[in-house]
Amino acid sequence: MSDLLSHLALGFSVAFTVQNLGLALVGCLIGTLVGVLPGVGPIATITMLLPITYGVEPTGAIILLAGIYYGAQYGGSTTAILVNIPGEVTAVVTTLDGHEMAKQGRAGAALGIAAIGSFFAGCVATLVVAALAAPLTRVALLFGPAEYFSLMLAGLAFAVVLARGSVPRALVMILLGLLLSTVGTDLETGAERMTFGWAPLADGIDFAVLAMGVFGFAEVLRNLDLTEQRDVVRRPIGRLLPTGEDLRRSALPIVRGSLLGAILGILPGNGAVLGPFASYTVEKRLARDPRRFGRGAIEGVAGPESANNAGAQTSFIPLLSLGIPPNAVMALMVGAMTIHGIVPGPLVMTRSPQLFWGVIASMWIGNLMLLVINLPLVGVWVRFLKVPYRLMFPAILVFSCIGIYSVNNSAADVLLTAGFALAGYAFVRLDLETAPLLLGFVLGRLMEENLRRALAISRGSAASFVQRPISAAFLALAAVVLVLAVLPAVRTRRKEVFVE
Amino acid sequence: MRTHRMTRTAARLAAPVLAALALAAAPARAAYPERPITMIVPFAAGGPTDVVARIVAEHMSRTLGQQVVIENVAGAGGTTGILRASQAAPDGYTIMMGHMGTHGAAPAVYPDLKYDPRKDFAPIGLAAGTPIVVVARKDFPAKDFKEFVAKVKADSEKLNEAHAGVGSVSFTTCSLFNSLLGAKPTRVVYRGTGPALNDLVAGQVDYMCDQIVNLVPQIQAGTIKAYAVALPERSPALPDVPTTKEGGLPEFQVTAWNAVFAPKGTPPAVVKRLSQALLAALDDAATRKRLLELGGDLSNTAARTPEGLQKLVESEVARWNKVLKATGAAK
Repeated sequence: MSDLLSHLALGFSVAFTVQNLGLALVGCLIGTLVGVLPGVGPIATITMLLPITYGVEPTGAIILLAGIYYGAQYGGSTTAILVNIPGEVTAVVTTLDGHEMAKQGRAGAALGIAAIGSFFAGCVATLVVAALAAPLTRVALLFGPAEYFSLMLAGLAFAVVLARGSVPRALVMILLGLLLSTVGTDLETGAERMTFGWAPLADGIDFAVLAMGVFGFAEVLRNLDLTEQRDVVRRPIGRLLPTGEDLRRSALPIVRGSLLGAILGILPGNGAVLGPFASYTVEKRLARDPRRFGRGAIEGVAGPESANNAGAQTSFIPLLSLGIPPNAVMALMVGAMTIHGIVPGPLVMTRSPQLFWGVIASMWIGNLMLLVINLPLVGVWVRFLKVPYRLMFPAILVFSCIGIYSVNNSAADVLLTAGFALAGYAFVRLDLETAPLLLGFVLGRLMEENLRRALAISRGSAASFVQRPISAAFLALAAVVLVLAVLPAVRTRRKEVFVE
Repeated sequence: MRTHRMTRTAARLAAPVLAALALAAAPARAAYPERPITMIVPFAAGGPTDVVARIVAEHMSRTLGQQVVIENVAGAGGTTGILRASQAAPDGYTIMMGHMGTHGAAPAVYPDLKYDPRKDFAPIGLAAGTPIVVVARKDFPAKDFKEFVAKVKADSEKLNEAHAGVGSVSFTTCSLFNSLLGAKPTRVVYRGTGPALNDLVAGQVDYMCDQIVNLVPQIQAGTIKAYAVALPERSPALPDVPTTKEGGLPEFQVTAWNAVFAPKGTPPAVVKRLSQALLAALDDAATRKRLLELGGDLSNTAARTPEGLQKLVESEVARWNKVLKATGAAK
C-alpha cells in the first residue's frame, strides 16, 4: 500500500509540471474536437500529431497522445447522442438511448450524465491501473484463442438483448454483421473473399465506413422522409444538466459500468469493445421496467458511457505492463514510444518509473479536465440541435465525407459509405435494428480468427472450448443470456396467442 | 489498420499553389527539390518500417532543404501502398520505403501483383534492416539453438508456430527456417505480430521468427526465450544471443530490409540527389545511433547505392520465390 502511494506521488509529481499539465489539456481538447467531428477518429489524429511530439520528452508525448485518445472516446459519445452517429465502436450503444433522450429534448441530461459517468469511471480505472497493473497482466495471459472465441460469443449473445423489438430480427442483423466482417483477404490463405475482384474491398470493410453509412447517413435520409419538422428542433431544450432523479437512477449503473468496463478493458484481445454492450445488457436485465430501454432510459447512457471510459483507460494495462498493444490506437502508442527511444515491454515499469506512473497520474488529471471542459460545453453542443436541418444535414454529410475520405485517402470508401447509407435506410424502413449489425461486424472478425487459431492449436478438436474452464464459463454465460433473452419473447408470444 | 496523414492532404492542396508561385517567380527550372517530398510507407504508423522511415526521412529533410513527409498507406502486405507509389508521377516528389516483403517476397505471395519489384522502380538505396530472431515460449525444452533445431526437426508436427499472416515478415522468414529444417509445424495465424507475441508469452504457441525491434523488451524481461539471431555477427541490441552461424545453421541468414525507391522513370539527376541525401542520413552519427538503438542492422553497405539495391532486389525476389514455392505458400 505504501508502495502504491509513493508510486502515485512520483506519478503526480511528474504529471503536475506545467508542461505536462498543458499537454494533457491540449490532448483532451484536441481529442474532444476530433471525437465530435464525424469520421475523424483518434487513430487519424494521433498519426497526424506524431511528428509534433518529436520535440517533447517521451512522458509528455505519451500524456498528450493519451489525452487525445480518451478525449476522443468522450467526444464520440457527443455525436452519438446529438446526431445518432457513433464516432467510435464503443459509442454504438450510446446511440440507442442517448439519441432517444435528445429527441425528447433531454440532450443536456444525456451529455451531462455521460460526462459525470465518464469521470467517475476514469477515477476507478486510474486506481485499478495503479494498483493492479502488474498482477492483472497474469490474468490477461490466461486468455488464449479458445477463451477469446467464447468471450466474443458471449458478446454476441449480449447483442440479442440490445434489440428493442423481435429477437429473430436481431439475429438476422447479427448474422448479416458477421457476414460483412468476412469480406476481404483471408488471413491464413491470402485468398480474397467476397471482394468481387474489386481492389478497395481487399482489406475488408472499414468500421467507420459501415457505421457512418448505416447510422449517420441513413439517419439523415430517414429524417428527410418526415414531412413535419422533426421533434428535436421544435422542442425546448430543457435543463442542461441531469436532475436529482436522473442522478439517482444513474448512480448504480455508473458503478457497475465502471467495473465491467475496467475488467474487460484489461484483455489484450480488444475486450474493451464489449464493455458498453455488457453494461447495457446488465442494466436492461436489472431494470424494473426494461421496456424503457431504447426509449430514452438514462441508465442506458450512464452505464455504457462509464464502461466505455473505464475500458479505454484499462486498455493501457496490456501496453504498459506487457508491452503488447490490445488495439489499433495502442499499437500506434507503441510506435510513438519507440520513436522516443522507449520500447514498451514488461520492463518499462521498473526502468522508466517516471514514465509509467506519470502517464497513470495524468489519466486522472485528464479525466478531471474532460469534466471541466465538457460540462460547460454541454450548452454549446445542445445548441447545435437548434441549427435548422437544411443547414445541419448538408454539414453532417460534407464533414462525414471528408472524414471517410481522409481515413484512407480513398474515394472508394466514400462510395461504399453511400451504399451502406441506402442499405441502412432500407433497414429502418423494414424495422431492422442496426446496432446488432454493427456488433456482429466488430466481433465477427475477432471471433473467426480466434476460432481458427484455437482449432489449429487443438488440431481440430472442438472439445477444447469446453475443456478449458474460462472458455467453458463464457460459453455457459452465453447460453444463459440467450435463454433469458428468448424466454420473455416466448412468454409474450404465448400470451398474445391466448388473448386471441 | 488504416491510417492517414492530413499533412499529406495539406501538402497536396498547397502543392499546386506553390508550384504556380514557383513558375511565376522563376521561368527557368528551379533546382530539385522545390516543394515537400512525400514518402509513402506501405505499413501502419508505428511499425518497424514506419519507424525506420521516419528516422531516415527526418535527416533527409535537412539535407534536401525540403520536408520529406511520411504518408502511411497500409494494406495487402504493403503492396497497396507500393502500387500507388509506383504509379505516381516520376518527378521525385513521391518516393517510397519498400521492404523485404513488398520488393522481395510479394511476387511469390501475390499471383496478381500489379508491379514488378525488379522493373517498375528507380532504386535509391538500402536504408536499414532489422535482423530476425528465432524465439520460443520461455519454458521451451531446449537449452540452446542446436537443441532447439534438433527438437523442431524431430517433433515439428506437434509444434505450433505463430506468424502475422501470409506475406508478412514473420511468415516469410519462418517459411525459410522451416524449409531449411524440413519442419512442418502447425502455422497459427495472427493479425499482426503483437497478438502473436502475446500468445507466445502466454505459452499458447511454441515459436516464431520476428524482427528484433519487436522482441528485445520481452527477451530482456525473460518472458520469451531467444535462440538465435539470423545475422553473421551478433547484434549489439542483444549481445548475449548467439548467431545462427554459431548455432550450426549458417544458411539461415535473413534481415527484414527497408529501402527507398522512386517510381520508374525518375530523372537520374533526381535519383542521384535522393541517393546522396540517403547516404548522408546513414553516415550521420546521431541517425545511426537511433537506428542501432532500435536493433537496426546497418551492415549491408553494398546495397546503399541504387545499383547495389537493384542487385539486392533481384536476388531477394529469386530467393523468396524458391523458398515460398517449396513451402506451398506461393501460388
